[in-house]
Amino acid sequence: MSKEKLDKIAQSKKEWNEKLESKVLSRFPERKSQFKTHSEIPVQRLYTPDDVAGLDYGTDLGLPGEYPFTRGVQPTMYRGRFWTMRQYAGFGTAEETNTRFKYLLEQGQTGLSCAFDLPTQIGYDSDHALAQGEVGKVGVAIDSLEDMETLLNGIPLDKVSTSMTINAPAAVLLSMYIAVGEKQGVPSAKLSGTIQNDILKEYMARGTYIFPPAPSMRLITDIFGFCAQNVPDWNTISISGYHIREAGSTAVQEVAFTLADGIAYVDAAIKAGLNVDDFAPRLSFFFNAHSNFFEEVAKFRAARRLWAKIMKERFGAKNPKSWMLRFHTQTAGCTLTAQQPDVNIMRVAYQAMSAVLGGTQSLHTNSRDEALALPTEASALIALRTQQVIAYETDVVDTVDPLAGSYYIESLTNEIETKALEYINKIEELGGAVRAIERGYQQKEIQESAFKYQMEIESNERIVVGVNLFTLKEEPGREILRVDPSVEINQRKKLAALKEKRDNLRVNQVLATLKTTAQGTGNLVPVILEAVKGYATLGEICGVLREVFGEHQQESLF
Amino acid sequence: MGQKPIRVLIAKPGLDGHDRGAKVIAQALRNAGMEVVYTGLRQTPEQIVETAIQEDVQVIGLSCLSGAHNHLFPRVMELLKNQNIEDILVVGGGVIPDEDIPFLKDAGVAEIFTPGTPTTATIDFIRSRAGGV
Repeated sequence: MSKEKLDKIAQSKKEWNEKLESKVLSRFPERKSQFKTHSEIPVQRLYTPDDVAGLDYGTDLGLPGEYPFTRGVQPTMYRGRFWTMRQYAGFGTAEETNTRFKYLLEQGQTGLSCAFDLPTQIGYDSDHALAQGEVGKVGVAIDSLEDMETLLNGIPLDKVSTSMTINAPAAVLLSMYIAVGEKQGVPSAKLSGTIQNDILKEYMARGTYIFPPAPSMRLITDIFGFCAQNVPDWNTISISGYHIREAGSTAVQEVAFTLADGIAYVDAAIKAGLNVDDFAPRLSFFFNAHSNFFEEVAKFRAARRLWAKIMKERFGAKNPKSWMLRFHTQTAGCTLTAQQPDVNIMRVAYQAMSAVLGGTQSLHTNSRDEALALPTEASALIALRTQQVIAYETDVVDTVDPLAGSYYIESLTNEIETKALEYINKIEELGGAVRAIERGYQQKEIQESAFKYQMEIESNERIVVGVNLFTLKEEPGREILRVDPSVEINQRKKLAALKEKRDNLRVNQVLATLKTTAQGTGNLVPVILEAVKGYATLGEICGVLREVFGEHQQESLF
Repeated sequence: MGQKPIRVLIAKPGLDGHDRGAKVIAQALRNAGMEVVYTGLRQTPEQIVETAIQEDVQVIGLSCLSGAHNHLFPRVMELLKNQNIEDILVVGGGVIPDEDIPFLKDAGVAEIFTPGTPTTATIDFIRSRAGGV
């Protein structure tokens, strides 16, 4: 559009606004004096072409499947195939979780996503003192390869891809997965899936760290190196903004802190001697889908464009796959209410829709009862059906990036990119993501946003249906999922029996080798794989690494 | 001059890493004039009670979203009893099903605040029970 035309539009909008403000608003006032997104971006009454006057279609948007991927990473997007429907599941024993996995697959889910209990995530076996009361609670308890064999029993690993939410002990769980694959006759080169393996956001927002930053980064780059050679289709990391948002950040902070972490991982891998195009195509991302609908759609688009620029311009990546930000999305757990929980179904549906309109590669839709407990089977089914309705009934999937070109969406996409970049530059000034986290910068930013959000709810500036408006005097009782306390006892018994029957000489030898490797600089993954195959337990392997690496001590920054 | 400020320990027992709620409530109590100490993550019940003694608090706020509350909260109460400091007011919060609340109250937890509770409700409760501002 010519400058002359744009100026004319801007002028007529200005006059229109003035007229409204002087004549109409006194009689018909607007609901708020100021409208803004969750990231504090002011929302105007009306968006017109002049709001995106600087937008250059070729360089800023381009075509889907092409740099800078604003419109999507695949050329045909959901006309080709839908996103992977991947519901995060896991609780109790490996047997119970295996049953839930099979149920979800039977119901049309297209990939697995495994939740581990906290002891597993923090590298303790189920018989550890600190595991008491936590075994099987927020996910499945995995102590050894034996549990993993049970967990994946009857699931063909050459056909189903699996995402594992595991960070500090990611190398151990990946090794177990590889070992189960071998037993099924599936070579590691045919396996596909994801390990979360993103330690920086654990320090920042999620809390399941074990080791200090330096050895943690080594484990991560060892995995990058190992997988590039041996498990080429594996997503070696899922750089996660999800938990940053859950901890209370805004959308802009979510993008900024996540991509800053991404930069730190790429830097570390290059420093470890890897070639950027050898590992970058397997980096993946994980974002939150919150309730501010349009801001969320714009967030996904902005993140894609920004990452493409970072990889191409800053890191000089040549392979277009290295430029692509591929991501999984989960709807925002923090928006689920314990009050009138069935209403959560609607929240989840809108959030999921924003992820689809934002071009997600895979999606988890939360269950209505997750502010109360882990989901029941009935709730998990509704959650899966919710995304199936979007895919099969709404037809929003029939054209690529349908909201592109909306003055509002493009304006928000620009704003989010600009504001996220400001944060990334600030983090650079502090010495990069690792240093900034050590100084508590991101944590403080997140905490401030979280507190502000809560105060907005308490002052009724932000309405949560069923919580601060439209409340019910009495909530009906409902059935929730409970993890049987016998899980912990049985898991311990199983572990004791395993330690009796395995070849303990072999275990001791491989753990000794692991120790010397950890003390040196060699790649740790092959040794961990050997240890796992000999039925060394997760706690034993992480115990050796704890001995050599020490443990991260989080300062209480409050 | 009025009463002395109430001293509160906000604690995260167990392995749970979700501390958004703990930090929000800590900030809210501090803004309300209380003196607040936050333990940080991964505290054993023993560590929490030790910190409570060291910091000489009148109130402990336990936050747990991992489902381990039925194990961890009563353990804290038991240790307080062993130390003869049951006069410390203990409240809890997190993803805690309604049906667990009577059990936790029987164990001595004064109140459980579930998701959606405004911070003002917690502040008012602590003020009414701990004495002070």
